[in-house]
Amino acid sequence: MSNPILSVSGLHKSYGAVEVLKGIDFEVSPGEKIALLGPSGSGKSTCLRCVNFLETPTRGEILLDGERVGVGSGGRAMNNRDLAPQRAQMGMVFQGFNLWPHLSVRDNIAIAVRKVQKSSAAEARDLAEAMLAKVHMAEKADAMPGQLSGGQQQRVAIARALAQRPKLMLFDEPTSALDPELVGEVLNVMHELADEGRTMLIVTHEIAFARDVADRVLFLYDGVIEEEGPARQVIETPQKDRTKAFLSRMNG
Amino acid sequence: MDFLTSTILPGLLTGATVTITVTLASLAIAATLGFLLALVREFSGLRLLNFAIDAYVEYLRNIPALSHLFILYFGLASIGFAITSIPAAIIGLGLVGSAVTCDIYRSGFSALGKGQSEAALAVGMTPMQVIWLILSPQAFRVALPPLGNYALQLLKDTSVVSAIAAPEIMFYARSMVTSTFQTTLIYSSAALIYLAMSLPLAWGVTRLEKRFGGATDV
Repeated sequence: MSNPILSVSGLHKSYGAVEVLKGIDFEVSPGEKIALLGPSGSGKSTCLRCVNFLETPTRGEILLDGERVGVGSGGRAMNNRDLAPQRAQMGMVFQGFNLWPHLSVRDNIAIAVRKVQKSSAAEARDLAEAMLAKVHMAEKADAMPGQLSGGQQQRVAIARALAQRPKLMLFDEPTSALDPELVGEVLNVMHELADEGRTMLIVTHEIAFARDVADRVLFLYDGVIEEEGPARQVIETPQKDRTKAFLSRMNG
Repeated sequence: MDFLTSTILPGLLTGATVTITVTLASLAIAATLGFLLALVREFSGLRLLNFAIDAYVEYLRNIPALSHLFILYFGLASIGFAITSIPAAIIGLGLVGSAVTCDIYRSGFSALGKGQSEAALAVGMTPMQVIWLILSPQAFRVALPPLGNYALQLLKDTSVVSAIAAPEIMFYARSMVTSTFQTTLIYSSAALIYLAMSLPLAWGVTRLEKRFGGATDV
């Protein structure tokens, strides 16, 4: 097995006296798809957001491709400026899309290519359009985000993250804010990315999607990994009572 | 009628050029300085600096503009820093306005959801890039309609600078009334000149509100 792209060990996160993550350990190999499942409040989103330091872990270690995230030489905590080059290596897709409404669809993607990756305007434009084609949104390059449906906005957000040429894609409940009829188009795009062999860490409530697309499932409960294993195995034959209870509730 | 066109109107229109000059110059100071203050207040994270800006804003906002103008014009002169009336008017109204626009910009920034900066940080932007490329352009759009309203208010409020002898519309009007006693004619003409300037501006503000007003898409 090759070196992990991402290695999370001893991850703790507290807000004041409330301990949300109580020691999380897992690794993600190149090309692996991992789904984080669990009831709301279990800490799965917090866990994902700790990976790129949108939340600062209270304790624990995040290694991206062997490099310590968020901690500089001598154990010094990085600020947002120091973190920028590390975050640029991870694409993130949010529940609420978070497109920038003052920029066209194309510029939502191109701006970071130009300003972060320092590509030329022409290169940024070409890359933006190529990524839009990947999410089947090429014809909307000139639209403003406000003119798009939720599903279309989320696909643009995915294209924006892909344009980072990330080592790892982080998805934070990407379909939870969508109308039911728009969920499919986003899951389809994610399915295609999975088939390309991209490394993906996905927080989701879409159990069927997790079963079909993920290699492994981590089931979080109350800030710890309650159960983990191959996706089919955990979802179809869960071993722990809490996993069983959660899955039977999700299946209605 | 002859008296109106030969004396009153030329006088008032000369005053109007000063009114316009004072409005535009103090608006430029207010809009720029207020933006810088809002940026520092929103993003510096330095408590002492934040406290100083809050004190500055409260001081300027809670004392009448006339009082600030007197302090600038007569107070500075008394300690040997005499400035003439038009620069005093521009600086005074500009500073007072910077407190107003600082608040306008700040509410523009706070109208933006947290997800906007999170998404920008996540693609690898530095905090400076987040502020300049993502947050400021949006905050500025939210701020445009209230800034327009402020400009409209400022145009009318410039009449206060006649008190420090800045020769704007009301200054000319009052001095012509003193010498001719044509009270109604002169003040009505002055009012119409204000109306001629503020109505187009008000129309522009309404258009801004239609374009940028209301909730942004965040």
